[in-house]
Amino acid sequence: MLLIECPWCGPRDEIEFRYGGQAGIACPADPDALSDEAWADYLFMRDNPKGWWTERWVHTAGCRRWFNAERNTATYERGRTYPIGVPEENP
Amino acid sequence: MTGRRLPSGGRIDRSKPLRFSFGGRELDAFEGDTLASALTANGVDVVCRSPILGRPRGVYSAGVEEPCAFVAVEAPHPDPIVAATMVEVVDGLVARGAPGVGRLTEALPAPRRTEHRYRHVELLVVGSGDDGLSLAEETASGGGRALVVEQEPRLAGAGFAWQPGDVEVLTRATAFGLYEDGYTLVLERSRPVECLWHVRAKQVVLATGAHVRPVAFADNDRPGVMLAGAVRRSVREFGVLPGERAVVFTTNAGAYGDAHALQEAGAEVVAIVDVRPDARLPDDLEGVTLLAGWSVEGTEGDPRIEAALAIGPGGDRRTIACDLLVVSGGFSPALQLWRAIGGGLRYDETLACFLPDGEAPPWLRVVGAAAGDLPSSVPYWYSPAEDYSRHFVDFQRDQTVADVLAAVDGGLRSVEHVKRATYIGTAIDQGRTSAILTAEIVNGRLGWGPGAQGPSSSRPPYTPVPFSALAGPYRGSRLDATRRTPIHGWHVARGAVFENVGQWKRPWYFPRDGESMHDAVSRECLAVRTGVGVMDASTLGKIEVVGPDAGTFLDRMYTNAISTLAVGRIRYGLMLGLDGMAFDDGVVMRLAPDRFLATTTTGGAAKVLDRFEEWLQTEWPDLRVYCTSVTEQWATIAVAGPRAREVLAVAGTDVDLAQESFPFMTFREGTFAGVPARIARVSFSGELAFEINVSGLDGLAAWEAVTAAGEPLGIEPYGTEAMHVLRAEKGFAIVGQETDGTVTPHDLGMSWIVDESKGDFVGRRSLRRADLVRPDRKQLVGLLTVDKKMLPEGAQIVREDTGRIPMPMAGHVTSSYWSPILDRSIALAMVERGRELLGETVYAPLPGGTAAATVTDPVFYDKENARRDG
Repeated sequence: MLLIECPWCGPRDEIEFRYGGQAGIACPADPDALSDEAWADYLFMRDNPKGWWTERWVHTAGCRRWFNAERNTATYERGRTYPIGVPEENP
Repeated sequence: MTGRRLPSGGRIDRSKPLRFSFGGRELDAFEGDTLASALTANGVDVVCRSPILGRPRGVYSAGVEEPCAFVAVEAPHPDPIVAATMVEVVDGLVARGAPGVGRLTEALPAPRRTEHRYRHVELLVVGSGDDGLSLAEETASGGGRALVVEQEPRLAGAGFAWQPGDVEVLTRATAFGLYEDGYTLVLERSRPVECLWHVRAKQVVLATGAHVRPVAFADNDRPGVMLAGAVRRSVREFGVLPGERAVVFTTNAGAYGDAHALQEAGAEVVAIVDVRPDARLPDDLEGVTLLAGWSVEGTEGDPRIEAALAIGPGGDRRTIACDLLVVSGGFSPALQLWRAIGGGLRYDETLACFLPDGEAPPWLRVVGAAAGDLPSSVPYWYSPAEDYSRHFVDFQRDQTVADVLAAVDGGLRSVEHVKRATYIGTAIDQGRTSAILTAEIVNGRLGWGPGAQGPSSSRPPYTPVPFSALAGPYRGSRLDATRRTPIHGWHVARGAVFENVGQWKRPWYFPRDGESMHDAVSRECLAVRTGVGVMDASTLGKIEVVGPDAGTFLDRMYTNAISTLAVGRIRYGLMLGLDGMAFDDGVVMRLAPDRFLATTTTGGAAKVLDRFEEWLQTEWPDLRVYCTSVTEQWATIAVAGPRAREVLAVAGTDVDLAQESFPFMTFREGTFAGVPARIARVSFSGELAFEINVSGLDGLAAWEAVTAAGEPLGIEPYGTEAMHVLRAEKGFAIVGQETDGTVTPHDLGMSWIVDESKGDFVGRRSLRRADLVRPDRKQLVGLLTVDKKMLPEGAQIVREDTGRIPMPMAGHVTSSYWSPILDRSIALAMVERGRELLGETVYAPLPGGTAAATVTDPVFYDKENARRDG
């Protein structure tokens, strides 16, 4: 069970959180402008890298805030956790 | 001769004699004995029979690695099967030998009591050898919290004198699982309350030691064959001599210590058979016969060993009489936890064993014997022979070198495949003595060198963990929270049958004496259709959405416009997933210009709130909106039926109930039966209905006011089943019953609620995806069986009953009820192109024969909505 650094509450057990998938996937500003293929890409397609990436978590049993977290999918090393809206910066 | 208790020595307490029973025999022991040491002290050679071949097996080791001596404990703490080395003798212990497979007792034993406890420490040390203890002391003396867990009853290191000081020590405590960031699960086998510890440590040190590895030779499972280390421990810890005339068979110098301990205790060491041609006797063993370069190829005796059969480098054979054969094939560091967290292994040629490889996570260290602080050894796995069918590798699975070779010769190369073909390593001991032996037999057979392939993977738990420990106190009603409405007690007193809806207990129906469910539901339905009924709707999810941008926000969450709703009015709303599929529904009230109350389905409340918050935080942080769950702050009482208005009037309210001043889909604030109330004109049955919302604290009083006022009118409380029948009669779909995550509002025939003109909302773009505009999608329809009988929910629908399986399936039944007001069955179904099939006959092939049904509009009753105003 991971120890996750909530940017507001500090380190807490993983069971207090819910996972939210890849970070940085913004809802398209004008969905009507997208082809079916581009819309489906937004809806269904996510990266699945071996190594560092940024993912979303929400502290459901705590402050209920969403945040981004850097994690190495191969080694489980963790990087920064930071509020949504702060620019991504991979280590 | 067999084993006996030494007159002195050991860490047992000779002032505390114990009596126990084994296989019906009354035997003596001392406090501090394990069942294994006590049986050896009493001369019990055969503890049990092996599970497949029925061979006699005795005590083989002294610890958690025991692969032979299994017992069932009957009292005081029943256990279907456990290694005798792991059972502490207590007065009155009753046990018997158990073949390798446990049997639960017929009578259910009293449930074990388990607590779950939590610790946060700077340092956790697994294992209590000297290396681990000194690290713990160092941390503690620096002011840090240090915890040492030791699976044995006594500490392994620092002799008798060590004082824990500021170090917290748990004995009989096995760290059975190691997870990310120092999270460790520890089972403490304390009695009568066992304890599951959840430890979060900043640093974890694995000081788990190493197990002595056996060598395979013919009849190596004969009682009287024991692992080195275990022999030494038997003498030094328990004061028990396991034999009088010993032969030591070894690949390394580690076993010489066992020879020394045996000599010290007065036993004769007849010979040391060391496979290393250059082996030398240490000074303290002078006079002992050393057969360097020799090996043991078999044993004799029945059932206990009477001779070891040795073979020399030139092929000379010697039969050496003995009653104890001490075996060491080297060491296997106990790295199960290291490997469970993803640690790799490398083969060390000097030690002939596997050591931790690669970089550890920054919070983890391996020290001591587990890290390779061990005597050197040579790679020697089994003694050559013509016939390998009695060279045992996994004793508890009765698997031999012959079985491993057969698996490899059958084409298997990976130890994982060999494990699954032979079951080696799957027994209680989890391959502690067999996994590396197996890997090296495979490596050798394939012509690969030692260490080419390591042992099969290890996962938690390291040792068996009872389910009762994992469950802890969280059993039965404590497994999950139970949510009850403020009116629950009334329902219980009225004899309601409850159903679980999420964590909520909801009345399903209210049977009268001797009434069947069918009769009760029919009575409740007819009361609503012809008189008046009352239902506890407090479980519906309620979320207050507040802020200057609340209307804008709700417009984006629902398919229809919410911001245009006037204060005091109510609108039904449907939410979609981003994929365009129905997600949840409910009504929205506008309490004030900047304040809305959104209701959700009972089961959907949490996920709707989650979703509101997710969109607000992650996509629209610019919107000034707050969401608050108020589900439990309100009790909601639905009064439904043509006489509902009379009930409210009699109970007393200052709200004008007249149709002109209080129309459908509006709400009024006022008092009801003397308490503040918000009364809404909404209906899930199609009848005139009022939903009375009062503070949860006033819920029961308001409910009782309704039932008292309604009594002269024959008011009936009704449950969720009647509610479902009534809504199905009106063709109202339930998200989660008619829908399954693949159903759009258009599929439900609810295109009227999709307002594309108001701007974007969640799911809108998806509704135009090619797959969602296919003309042959399943659509919601009604089904009326030709013979009026009920269709089972889930029944598949076909257009044509060809009589040949398979038939092309056209849909399925989602809801099916008996409608008392229509006096026939009704069903809702999702059927391909369903709306084009109105009036046509479709079929449901069922086990008892095929049912024919006519496709209809989903609204079965009051199509013109004539009843909702009373």
